Amino acid sequence: MILFALPIALVVIFGYALNNDFKNIPIGILNQSKDQTSVKLIHRIIGSGYFVVEQTLEKTQDIPKAFKSGKVKLVVFFPMSFQQDLYHAKKAQIQFIADASDINTAINTTSYLSGIIGEFNNENGRENSSGIQLSARMIFNQRLLSVYLFIPGVIALILLIISALLTSVTLAREKETGTLELLSISPISPYMIIIGKVIPYLILSLLNSFLIILLGIFVFGLPMVGSVALLILACFVYTIAALSLGILISTRVETQQAAMFASLVTLMMPTMLLSGFIFPIESLPLPLQLISNIIPATHFIILIKSIMIKGAGITLIWKPFFILIAMTAVFILVSIQSLKRNK
Amino acid sequence: METVVKVDQLTKKFGSFIATNAISFEVKKGEIFGFLGANGAGKTTAMRMLSGLLTPSSGQASVAGFDVATQAELVKQNIGYMSQKFSLYEDLTIQENIDFYGGIYGLSRQEIKDRSNGIVSKFQLASVIHKLVKTIPLGWKQKLAFALALIHKPKVVFLDEPTGGVDPITRRQFWDLIYEAANDGVTIFITTHYMDEAEYCDRVSIMVDGLIKALGTPSELKTSFHVDSMDAVFQLLARGTANKI
Repeated sequence: MILFALPIALVVIFGYALNNDFKNIPIGILNQSKDQTSVKLIHRIIGSGYFVVEQTLEKTQDIPKAFKSGKVKLVVFFPMSFQQDLYHAKKAQIQFIADASDINTAINTTSYLSGIIGEFNNENGRENSSGIQLSARMIFNQRLLSVYLFIPGVIALILLIISALLTSVTLAREKETGTLELLSISPISPYMIIIGKVIPYLILSLLNSFLIILLGIFVFGLPMVGSVALLILACFVYTIAALSLGILISTRVETQQAAMFASLVTLMMPTMLLSGFIFPIESLPLPLQLISNIIPATHFIILIKSIMIKGAGITLIWKPFFILIAMTAVFILVSIQSLKRNK
Repeated sequence: METVVKVDQLTKKFGSFIATNAISFEVKKGEIFGFLGANGAGKTTAMRMLSGLLTPSSGQASVAGFDVATQAELVKQNIGYMSQKFSLYEDLTIQENIDFYGGIYGLSRQEIKDRSNGIVSKFQLASVIHKLVKTIPLGWKQKLAFALALIHKPKVVFLDEPTGGVDPITRRQFWDLIYEAANDGVTIFITTHYMDEAEYCDRVSIMVDGLIKALGTPSELKTSFHVDSMDAVFQLLARGTANKI
């Protein structure tokens, strides 16, 4: 069964994930002009199918918050003078502000929007020297550094390897060699056994994550805008989630090989492809998006980017934290159930 | 003589499959009790219940004076265990294994040190005490595993096919260790495939399809089945079920 299911799954995932078409990108609109033309343009933007208006903003002060909370990837700003500029000076400016912590999305949304505006201009008999003009601004990552893209993903992946894969393998090994049996007969409680196995990997994971973050900051110029405490908390919460996943896998397998295989297939691959590490989540088809949501790495990457690059505070990003903690609880509960059934 | 293991109508069901079917027996202090049966007869399930790993579906059992269903933790504190895989950490040294298992059973550092020295001198391990377990021969691993099962001086020790894969001379030496422990008052509960080992036990029970079909000293059983070896006794009982299939 696996021999057929795996290739099919791979082709489907790669086929969809590799497509760079963007759909349903959440955007925010700040329309201070509120005139007919701007409204028409907004309708055109929505009608293209690429974008979904997630927020309608009222003041420019609201813009940073909209980005930090991750609710929008781009804001289209029509200044108050839009209407007058268009009819008197024949050219008016709209500003795009793109969240460049997600570089590919930022670049692509900007070019899509430019295209739409260009079309709009042509239809209304305006050429490119007049008409509506675009001023694009990238925030959070002005230089469009790709390091912003891959360092959070690398941290997520490494932590997953150490915490989930190695943990599951080490517990499976104790099963294989029979030492787990002896431990269960000893007076030590099963919780102690698991905690004892897991603590070294917890420490290793945390140390590793700090190492990678420090490398990112000092060697590659990754910004550290937000609170350090929050960052440490994020790494900790994610590591615990990954550890509990490793424990869950180990309760389901009998051999180290099976543990490794299960970890690779159910964790590594989806994380690399579906967590937003390389391919943006919005461009995935709905079923894969759903899967993306149950991968811990997805939420961790959101946390890292929000904290390090955007400097978001806990009030804005409590949701991914909560999700990770809830996931951990679920994994642990299921593991305990499995162990109880073996009794 | 004190009864150390008392089993009364002990039953374990997995869904509709009855692995252990209302078995009853007693084992006295210092006895070497052989628990025999074919694979799948229910021996391992019974042992797991007696060592506090599995909760019985019905019936009672007490080991070292503690009920296995309600006082499993106390049972664990008072038993030792050795499996055919030996359950040693191959990547650790002999000394590290000793320290680890001593610590797990809550022995003080001094106790661990004393018992460690005892083990080393008895088995002449002084030259290899700091070598990794995976480098020492199988026979030594076996003796070490047995010694570790006894490190906290339990009242009962469960040996699950402990002589698998070793040569006959090593097996004989191992049985010397078992006799020694029994003489010291440790009750030995041993499962084995080797019917000649059944002859070494004080009493044996033979399980077939979850039921105890024979219980007694080896000579009693040989007499009642009119055969002259435990192997033959076993064949008779096991063949009974083979015919049913």
